[in-house]
Amino acid sequence: MITTSNLSKTYNGVTVLNIENLDIPKGQSFGLVGNNGAGKTTYFSLLLDLIQPSTGHIKNNDVLVNKSEDWKPFTSAFIDETFLIGYLTPEEYFYFIGELRNQTKEQVDTLLAQFEDFFHGEILNKKKYLRDLSKGNQKKAGIVAALIGNPEVIILDEPFANLDPTTQIRLKGIIKDLAQTKGVTVLVSSHDLMHVTDVCERIVVLEKGQIVKDLATNPATLKELEAHFSGTAEV
Amino acid sequence: MLKHFISLEWKSFFRSASFKVNLFLKILMAIAAFFMLIYALGIGIGAYFLIEKYVDPDPLKIVNKFLIFYLVADLVMRYFLQKMPIVNIKPLLYLPLKKDQVVSFGIKKTMISFFNILHAFFFIPFSFVLIFKGGYDAFGVIGWHLAMLGLFYCNNFINIFVNNKDVVFYSVIGLVIAFAAMYYYNIFNITLFTQPIFQAFYNQPYLAIIPLALAFILYKTAFTYFRNNFYLDAGLAKKVSIAETDNMGWLDRFGSVSTFLKNDIKLIKRNKRSKTTVIMSVIFIFYGLLFFTNSIEMYNGPFWRVFAGIFVSGGFLFSFGQLVPSWDSAYYPLMMSQNIRYKEYLESKWYLMVIATVISTIIASFYLYFGWQAYVAVVVGAIYNIGVNSHVVLWGGAYIKTPIDLTSNKKAFGDKKAFNVKTLLLTIPKLILPIVIYAIGHFAHSDILGFALVAVAGVLGFLFKNKVFKIIEKIYKAEKYKTLEAYKQTN
Repeated sequence: MITTSNLSKTYNGVTVLNIENLDIPKGQSFGLVGNNGAGKTTYFSLLLDLIQPSTGHIKNNDVLVNKSEDWKPFTSAFIDETFLIGYLTPEEYFYFIGELRNQTKEQVDTLLAQFEDFFHGEILNKKKYLRDLSKGNQKKAGIVAALIGNPEVIILDEPFANLDPTTQIRLKGIIKDLAQTKGVTVLVSSHDLMHVTDVCERIVVLEKGQIVKDLATNPATLKELEAHFSGTAEV
Repeated sequence: MLKHFISLEWKSFFRSASFKVNLFLKILMAIAAFFMLIYALGIGIGAYFLIEKYVDPDPLKIVNKFLIFYLVADLVMRYFLQKMPIVNIKPLLYLPLKKDQVVSFGIKKTMISFFNILHAFFFIPFSFVLIFKGGYDAFGVIGWHLAMLGLFYCNNFINIFVNNKDVVFYSVIGLVIAFAAMYYYNIFNITLFTQPIFQAFYNQPYLAIIPLALAFILYKTAFTYFRNNFYLDAGLAKKVSIAETDNMGWLDRFGSVSTFLKNDIKLIKRNKRSKTTVIMSVIFIFYGLLFFTNSIEMYNGPFWRVFAGIFVSGGFLFSFGQLVPSWDSAYYPLMMSQNIRYKEYLESKWYLMVIATVISTIIASFYLYFGWQAYVAVVVGAIYNIGVNSHVVLWGGAYIKTPIDLTSNKKAFGDKKAFNVKTLLLTIPKLILPIVIYAIGHFAHSDILGFALVAVAGVLGFLFKNKVFKIIEKIYKAEKYKTLEAYKQTN
């Protein structure tokens, strides 16, 4: 589904990302871990054509993302609060995204109904604009908006940060369900090793922009990751 | 401690996104400021001799007479142009700094602003001339001078207050306009009451202590006000408003553009910054009164009609359109990764400007009272605005990479003026061309041909809309990454 070749990004002579080759097949739940500055957000931004690659390219479903915009209809993302429109209510925001993705109001409503649990009664019909919601609730709205319109690729940057424990557990269920039963390719980055190993079939470790580990998740993965990161801490 | 604050300010000024992008504009503004100072200096020295020769042998009396309007004009100018200094307060709250120091620095910084120094260029030379040329009593002049100093600093601190209270500001302005009108039509002369007050500062110099004390009290009040509200849940808190939902089904007739159109209308309705823009454009409708009532001699030339016509119908177009796409700066990454065609995005902004221009033109029909030429100028201006300026404005917007903080009232000292010098400067090229076109027609034949040519230019521009939109689209795409980068900087 997503093919990355010879991709690099350089700022003022410093290479922050350098991926020779990375293939993410359709329907995989893919986890990206790494310390701050490892290049996770840079990679996601490149994937969404928000920044330009210095060399190489990414193909999303055979569409060159930095050349054509045809990846947009089947790709959605929530990176940070710049993906929210502060002066809309959550409902208006969902309908707006829905219209952009050719969904009727009813379709959006049906989707939202599935997430009543997830919202925990704090998002809908609260008579509040998105800008006045707490960080955690904003994130919930952003994540659900990324699910509107049956996207085939969903990109979530740090989805677990800022969420309360109950919501974290529910979110894990949602992500697993998307990849396993709906065949959606889900890309997730996180600092929480436990959550990623729970959710992702495959985990890639980035370090200073390079891929240093590429693991298929199994019961031993968490231990391996912990060993890896405590190792880097000692060095 | 002061050293730290100053270095913070220095860095935030030189490292801001707008500074890099608009260096050229900064230079233009510096030149404009320089000339204003020169003029003020010239007026300061020249005023005495001019008034003495042409109006009255006692210039101080005349100056005192109009001083009330001068003071109010100063306040209005400050309100629109003086940016409240932004000491980025929140990060300083947690640090071991005395709150008193942070607050007093923020307020004191306003005291050395251009808006205070400008008046010094008038009052200092004027005072010198009074003493050395006019033979006025030196002690009296010094008293008067100090009183003026106090009064302008009062203005300075008042501005800090009214910056937070639009209602207060507009009611004061309304009152003063009423007094000015009554003076003009000889109904009631407020200067009869105010002139002796200002004169008293000369006659009894020790009275200067009153305005100085008043300025000091206002400073203290401003200080206590901000000091007491220096908490995250008080003065620095966000105002939470109750959300209203509106489906705006009547906009569906615009088809695919309606999605954005609805959003843009919500943007305007729900954000303070954009509301100010709409108020500005309403004021622009009445701007033509200066030209068509023949009240200002300089504006009687025929070209000024076109100039006025463009402004009257295009107030919204200029003040809003200028800042597309900055209005969406807060969520630009979303827009860029969604399933959006630039054409629809731009078209929605274009429709908005066209609708506003048409409404302005209809409201402006009262100009018929001043003769058909006046209203034809407005209509022709509207045609030109829709056909040409709407494109120019969208095109120029691609290069203005200043992020807009829509909810800027969350900062106690926030810069909240939608109306700034930069946008005014960019307006100039959009006005000169139609005036030139009109002049060609006017001199070649008559004013009718002049109007017709401007209208034809507008219609031509309209016919090329699709072509122009393609070009603008290309520019937006080319600028996309730079724009995204610039919008990341919110200060």
